[in-house]
Amino acid sequence: MRNTAIRVENLGKRYRIGARKDRSKGVLRTTWNTLTSPFDYLRASLREPADDEIVWALKDVSFEVAEGEVLGIIGRNGAGKSTLLKILSRITEPTTGHATIRGRVASLLEVGTGFHQELTGRENVFLNGAILGMRKSEVHDKYDEIVDFAGVEKFMDTPVKRYSTGMRLRLAFAVAAHLEPEVLLVDEVLAVGDAKFQKKSLGKMETVAGEGRTVLFVSHNMAVMQRLCDRGILLDEGGVRIDGPIATIVEQYLGGTVDLEGERAWRDIARAPGNGVVRLLGIRAKNQHGDICQEFDVHEQLSLEFDYHVLEEGHQLSTGIELINAAGDPVLVSLDNYIDGRWGDQQPHETGKFTSSCVIPGDLLNEGEVSFNLRIFSPPWEPNSQPHVREIEALRIRIVDEMNPCGVRGNYPYNWGKPAVRPRLSWTTQHTNGDVLRSKLVRQAGR
Amino acid sequence: MVRIAIPFTNHRTAIETGPPDMVIKPTTGWGSLGLGELWQYRELLWFLTLRDIRGRYRQMALGPLWIIIKPVASMLIFSLVFGSLAKLPSDGIPYPVFTYTALLPWIYFQSSVLESVNSMRARMGIISKIYFPRLVVPCSAVLSGLVDLAISSVVLLGMMVYFGFVPTVAALALPLYLLMAMAAALALGLWTSALEVKFRDFSLALTYGLQGWMYLTPVAYTASLIPDRYQLLYKLNPLYWVIEGFRWGLLDKGQAPELLILAPIALILVAGVTGLYVFRRTERTVVDLL
Repeated sequence: MRNTAIRVENLGKRYRIGARKDRSKGVLRTTWNTLTSPFDYLRASLREPADDEIVWALKDVSFEVAEGEVLGIIGRNGAGKSTLLKILSRITEPTTGHATIRGRVASLLEVGTGFHQELTGRENVFLNGAILGMRKSEVHDKYDEIVDFAGVEKFMDTPVKRYSTGMRLRLAFAVAAHLEPEVLLVDEVLAVGDAKFQKKSLGKMETVAGEGRTVLFVSHNMAVMQRLCDRGILLDEGGVRIDGPIATIVEQYLGGTVDLEGERAWRDIARAPGNGVVRLLGIRAKNQHGDICQEFDVHEQLSLEFDYHVLEEGHQLSTGIELINAAGDPVLVSLDNYIDGRWGDQQPHETGKFTSSCVIPGDLLNEGEVSFNLRIFSPPWEPNSQPHVREIEALRIRIVDEMNPCGVRGNYPYNWGKPAVRPRLSWTTQHTNGDVLRSKLVRQAGR
Repeated sequence: MVRIAIPFTNHRTAIETGPPDMVIKPTTGWGSLGLGELWQYRELLWFLTLRDIRGRYRQMALGPLWIIIKPVASMLIFSLVFGSLAKLPSDGIPYPVFTYTALLPWIYFQSSVLESVNSMRARMGIISKIYFPRLVVPCSAVLSGLVDLAISSVVLLGMMVYFGFVPTVAALALPLYLLMAMAAALALGLWTSALEVKFRDFSLALTYGLQGWMYLTPVAYTASLIPDRYQLLYKLNPLYWVIEGFRWGLLDKGQAPELLILAPIALILVAGVTGLYVFRRTERTVVDLL
């Protein structure tokens, strides 16, 4: 049994929000309100706040984190994730309950806040280290490692204001990542820098986690969460809704945010996704009989249809879909056949309504929830080349596997892992070693 | 705010003895002063002070020259208005030296108070993202003014040489007087800086208050102008002693310290300790006030 590194018991945080006042527009009224506001304020601070004036950002939150565990905190915006990290990193105090933390805590709630524009990179490394609670000698010992990690050796004597945003973020992350706290609180830090640096910082986070430090991690990137964390808690409206293995939590979270939908339609064209060139009108998922469904069998083909209205003529328009699985990983991307050949040679669209559809064969997708992102766009050299329609999670359906013996999986009941796709491939098995093997195969096939 | 059961003064010993437990809970009543933690973060105090100094005169063509321009301009105006026109007595000292000696500690005090009252609000960016003892913030505001003071003293030295003044042994007491001015500025800063985040009234009130305060302090005139029956009250002002102390140490005039100095010192101590409590109480949830 490992020691407990963080114990949170009945933690609550209450915020007081101002009661709504009637906003009359008259000059006299406004002046009068301004003049009397000190008295209003005094009166309000003397009495207990009324129920509609308070908001519990966190309420009765309890959980424990063992030493060396990496806990992911998941929740929608406003669920209380940031408040929780703020309390644990002592930026603000809780209203009720308490938390006990074993060991030195470092928090990375935002990268680079402690940087000073006028100071050089070198000076900022020491300043930032001091803000995070490191001794000068500690920073000194780690200095080369930090600079090396950030990859900004040449600029260490340049004021930070001359740095690019990416360089600044890399340096800040490097300082924080090289702290050696027992407990690390991290909020959405990996969303910085270019893809290469993200990969590097992800690797660093994995090392930190592997070194037996306790990490509390908040991110909206579910793939990263699943890679880094062992366990997760799902926060909802300030309370812990579920506490369990990260995979379960991620699935619950993603499943819970959007309900399954087999069809969506936008009646008001002015509010439909899109721009002045094209607007999306509707999107449907149909099975092979043409019925709109939310659930599909693994073996069943599914066709995706979408209607759109082209409002401006003369544009070359191509449509594309992207499939995202429950873990947040992209499964596949596909574009329509419009681009076949050399892009740019195609006939521009006329105005009016169009329907495009695409068929995703059966025996391809893995079971679980799948969401579709949809794009309608023009070639990059068109003046207005940003995607005209970019609808994220346009639809969300579920693929189910009923263990039909003729399926890809057959009735093999054991762990199948969580691959993104589960295609039926063409397999051949030939006997190459005489009768012994053949008789075995025959016997197995006969079962 | 947060009590740390065993202060971890050194990371390495903390590992040897096992990491300490930190308990985060709402503080009821009046918490501790948190001075121990301030000491642990002394390096941060140093860095923030450095950062304040460097940042202050950036993007100004004359840069650090402004440090000297401020007191010298005041000296010239005072010499013209109070010295030449109003002919205020200056204890037989040439008026420019007389007033400049007082302007140095006064301007230090004034700008330290104004810097520290605004310090918390100015630092909310970091404060809302990273934990460190917030006490560092007003302290660094008061410390960073010392550099300005040192630089503008050079002008005073030049004037003393020009007018032929030689500091006495009493000049050795100047650091103590300076400490008194620092403590007074810090006490005010502690009272107001955390509250300033919510009520901007404080910095405005202090701006005007300090203007009046200067005329209650013998910066532009000699204390002997004050009628005898008000002298006792007049001498409760800590800055009276600081300014008179500077004149006493550097020009061999002014008021030598006497027993009465203990009264303003006691005032500073009371204001400082209560201010520290007010600060600690507000600081805990200052982030929520934004």
